[in-house]
Amino acid sequence: MSTSVPTMPETDVTVSTRRPRKPGESPFSAARVVAFIALVTMALLWLLPILWAVATAFKTETDAASGGLNPIGESGLTTQAFRTVLDEGNVYIRGLNSLWTSAVITIITVGISALAAYAFSRLAFTGQKVLFIAVIASIIVPPQALIIPLYYQMLTFNMVDTYWGLILPQVVMAPIVFILKKFFDAVPIELEDAARVDGASRLRVFWSIVLPLSRPILGAVSIFVFIQAWNNFLWPFLVINDTFLMTLPVGLQTVMSAYGIQYAQTMAQALLAALPLIVVFLLFQRQIVKGVATTGFGGQ
Amino acid sequence: MTDVAAERSAIGPRADVVPEAPGTGPTAKVARRRNQLIAWAFLAPFMAAFVLFVIWPLMHGVYLSMTDQSLTGAGGRFIGLQNYTEALSDPVVWSSIRNTVWFTVISTVPLILFALVMALLVNTGLPGQWLWRLAFFMPFLLASTVISQIWMWIFNPELGAANEILQRFGIEPIAWLQTEHIDIISITIATVWWTVGFNFLLYLAALQNIPDLQYEAAAVDGAGRWRQLFSITLPQLGPVTVVVVILQMLASLKLFDQAYQMMDGGSSDTSRPIVQYIFEAGFTGYRFGYASAISYIFFALIVIVGIFQMTVLSRRRENR
Repeated sequence: MSTSVPTMPETDVTVSTRRPRKPGESPFSAARVVAFIALVTMALLWLLPILWAVATAFKTETDAASGGLNPIGESGLTTQAFRTVLDEGNVYIRGLNSLWTSAVITIITVGISALAAYAFSRLAFTGQKVLFIAVIASIIVPPQALIIPLYYQMLTFNMVDTYWGLILPQVVMAPIVFILKKFFDAVPIELEDAARVDGASRLRVFWSIVLPLSRPILGAVSIFVFIQAWNNFLWPFLVINDTFLMTLPVGLQTVMSAYGIQYAQTMAQALLAALPLIVVFLLFQRQIVKGVATTGFGGQ
Repeated sequence: MTDVAAERSAIGPRADVVPEAPGTGPTAKVARRRNQLIAWAFLAPFMAAFVLFVIWPLMHGVYLSMTDQSLTGAGGRFIGLQNYTEALSDPVVWSSIRNTVWFTVISTVPLILFALVMALLVNTGLPGQWLWRLAFFMPFLLASTVISQIWMWIFNPELGAANEILQRFGIEPIAWLQTEHIDIISITIATVWWTVGFNFLLYLAALQNIPDLQYEAAAVDGAGRWRQLFSITLPQLGPVTVVVVILQMLASLKLFDQAYQMMDGGSSDTSRPIVQYIFEAGFTGYRFGYASAISYIFFALIVIVGIFQMTVLSRRRENR
């Protein structure tokens, strides 16, 4: 079912490219003005929900609960909501949980996928084709259909409410194997042959020739895996009940009911949880955009 | 789209020819066995995880679906296809399938149209590129719980921004998430806002792959902007649109997070997606056997849609 492996054709996506104006076209032609207005309207529409959340988070609870569309409440701006949320302390623990479990998931996923992809791309073994097809075909299996038997398995392994129970089931990402294999296929084989003739072992060739050559794709894939792990909801929500082991997104769901009608605090919590990824995006915008466009698959 | 390439590269170029040329004789045999071992050493970590966390649950789920296993550990008797017959006559199974399919229909169309318009506008090269990308794509990077909280606040029936805006226009307030049939539309609105950025990026990448030369040639021939859009741009977006539609349908069928969260853990018969019913049957109803059966019905739904897409796709190819 390789049609469900949607990799974009190899594109060099700089995405920042600005199509130069056609010669003789004024920067303020009617068409451009209309396009600009349309673009600004859509961008505003898309930014408004976040801006509204920010405005609410900086209100007092009383102002937030009095409704209205005023971005600033009667009592002015206040960081009260943020302070209350931070003082409670769980945000730090959950932030750390999210950070390190996502990092471990990323390292394991990319590591084992790269090794397997190399075997599929370069090494000869019996059953290679069948195994590869099995791995690719597994992409059609929705992870949501596996939650029941997986949870049962975690019960048997005594891994419910443990970090390993959270991490391990998330490390199998068949699309990553597919993407990396395609990349390795394109790496010129002569480079490796030369080293092999010089007596370098397979592992050595992989480590000191193939991996360094693959740095850009490994980077793109890693950012993607990290974001997916950071945002994953269903599995962490099921396997973790202990408040001290929760990730940020799962924690948000549980405090939702706890805070009840504390709107400013709820928004402050949500923004604090969103902040790390907004920062990551601003820092790695180009790589993320490129990664999404070239790897071309989404989780949600 | 890449079947042939995947097929061909499944065997892949082999580097083994140089140092240990396959041949006959005892040394060649040893070398070949060694190669097998090396290959398996590379494969082992991934394959172990693959078998443990995909293949085994996939097969164990079949068995579980034929038992009356409970989350509490009780039960586990083999009861044959009883869970399946029960599921097929369970109205909630059908309503949740209906909701899922309905959501897929009403979310896919705007998720593609908005993405296309955004990409076309951004691709005109207007200044402020980073800002447009930030505005359209950033929501996609946020966790589902974050977007659910924001939209629950916007959709709050008494205090939410959505109703405040409606009132400005003299329209009666709506109980966005508390009214049957409207709840799924509210969830769709939030979803479109959240995930359109992904499709937008795919379209943008495709647009930037169209060589400028084609536009220049068209301009020389006297084709205006609109003419260029319909004769050059849109026809070349066919392949990427196929990818986007396939991905979008499969993603929408897996709806759970935002539907579950925005309904505040509750559910209505017009908003509950099938994945949520798996969750409810297994984790609030404790019926693991029954939930496994529903999981396989869900899996079947995905496979049916996948096969349907492939048939349409190959028919399209033949027609070319």
